[in-house]
Amino acid sequence: MNNSKPLAIQARDLTKSYGDNAVLGGVDIEVPEGTIFSLLGPNGAGKTTTVNILTTLIPANGGEAFVNGANVAHDADAVRKSIGVTGQFAAVDGLLTGRENLHLMGRLHHLGKRETKRRTEELLERFDLVEAAKRAPATYSGGMKRRLDIAMCLMGDPKVIFLDEPTTGLDPSGRRVVWSIVRELVKAGTTIFLTTQYLEEADELADKIAVLNGGKIVAEGTPEQLKRLVPGGHVNLRLARADQVARIAQVLAGNGDTDQLTVQIPSDGSVDSLRKILDTIDREGVQVDELTVHTPDLDDVFLSLTGHVPAQATA
Amino acid sequence: MSTIAHTFADTSTMLRRQLKHMLRYPSLTVMLVGMPVVFLLLFVYVFGGTIGDGLGGPTGGREAYLTYLTPGMMLMAIVAAVQGTAISVAMDMTEGIIDRFRTMSIARVSVLTGHVIASVIQSFLCIAVTLGVAIAIGFRPDADPLGWVGLAGVLVLISFGLTWLTVGLGMAAKTVEEASNTPMPLMLLPFLGSAFVPTESMPTAVQYFADYQPFTPFIEVVRALLFGKAVDGTDLVLTIAWSLAFALLGYVISKKKFNKR
Repeated sequence: MNNSKPLAIQARDLTKSYGDNAVLGGVDIEVPEGTIFSLLGPNGAGKTTTVNILTTLIPANGGEAFVNGANVAHDADAVRKSIGVTGQFAAVDGLLTGRENLHLMGRLHHLGKRETKRRTEELLERFDLVEAAKRAPATYSGGMKRRLDIAMCLMGDPKVIFLDEPTTGLDPSGRRVVWSIVRELVKAGTTIFLTTQYLEEADELADKIAVLNGGKIVAEGTPEQLKRLVPGGHVNLRLARADQVARIAQVLAGNGDTDQLTVQIPSDGSVDSLRKILDTIDREGVQVDELTVHTPDLDDVFLSLTGHVPAQATA
Repeated sequence: MSTIAHTFADTSTMLRRQLKHMLRYPSLTVMLVGMPVVFLLLFVYVFGGTIGDGLGGPTGGREAYLTYLTPGMMLMAIVAAVQGTAISVAMDMTEGIIDRFRTMSIARVSVLTGHVIASVIQSFLCIAVTLGVAIAIGFRPDADPLGWVGLAGVLVLISFGLTWLTVGLGMAAKTVEEASNTPMPLMLLPFLGSAFVPTESMPTAVQYFADYQPFTPFIEVVRALLFGKAVDGTDLVLTIAWSLAFALLGYVISKKKFNKR
């Protein structure tokens, strides 16, 4: 993974504990500029703690971290100047209107009146919030709130954006809108640090994924690299007759389930291996009701690495 | 821009935010103003006739009691307003936007000073309404222009001190409910001081407490200024000292809590 791009985020051996409860047990992270990095993990893995340390909200107990070259512990103000953060819960002012929320950010970034107004209108337009701009976020849908939230973090034109579970609680269309926003930001050269418990999201967006479990990074790489870690591919057959299950399982070296009438055969999903299976079925004269090919996906990776059943993106 | 200029700019931004909150959520302000006004009317019209006679002044009765009670009710107005401060600070801290502020390169103290200045303004609103109602039902202050300026200065100082104290209480509270409870003892202090009756009429132990707690000098300085009388030097020193002590205590607590959250 060595490339010449400078690192936007670098963390070495970060540790954090609350009393006896160790939340992070030595986390290393490297995110090159202009890429999307996804920290994937179940609830309680330490994702938010990692974001909080990198965004200067809480100090780490050990290790060090740099964002845009500035040390998060010793040079927090320099870090704050270059980042935008969208936390797990919409960080908007519920009593101000959408437009006033953006104006507030502009003033806090000391942009000046004209520039604040210009950027506000541009962001309202870009995030489809023009009509909602006069209303308070209390009346917004989850997706609109999230869009306003991200718009607010863009007012300061940050180089690095932290998105902590940006699509949690959104419906599928809201999620897609956020995804397309993230892709556009990266195209413009922004670095994105994204946490999620949705595998689909990490697979869809990230250049690099790190799986965090129990405060440690248990696997790291591109989505493809991670999928290769798990030899989970197989073909599922559903037979018509129970008395043939054992025979087929034996011939194809698979696992038979007489109750379910299924046979699971390890396979890499290639055409050759499928042809062999089909030939055998023909030769044995067995009636097969259904055949499905299962190639390993991040679910398998997640499951085998963390022992958790992954969260359902559609839940 | 320099750091100081940034702090001023950020404070004014945060103040605008608080003032907008006040306008958007006026029921809290109305509730806060209501308390001292209700106390004023209740004590003047229900208890005032009897207590006024007991004051031993030349006229006695309800009118004399209105004259005695009003300065204390002005302090009560500050107490009511700063209760709201603790609540609104605690409510604000539960909002995600505070965490956003903490990840931005802004003067951190401005979040707190915005609250403090807005709350002092709210205190003045409460004082003005209370004084207005008192005047409407017959209260006649007797201060010269300089006295009014002095009065305003003293009231700013007292509300500044009490506001910082309650910002600290609001920051220290774990929940909004807790924040609405912890400043409650402040409500009792005017009762256990010279707000409703002169402290000489109290039993020795209570009188001892009343004479040495902060609200008695607060009330006596306000009383003297309202009627153009000479302010007792000790009372004035105590008022300034207590106010600054409250402000410092509240500032230290809030700053610690804000950075730690």
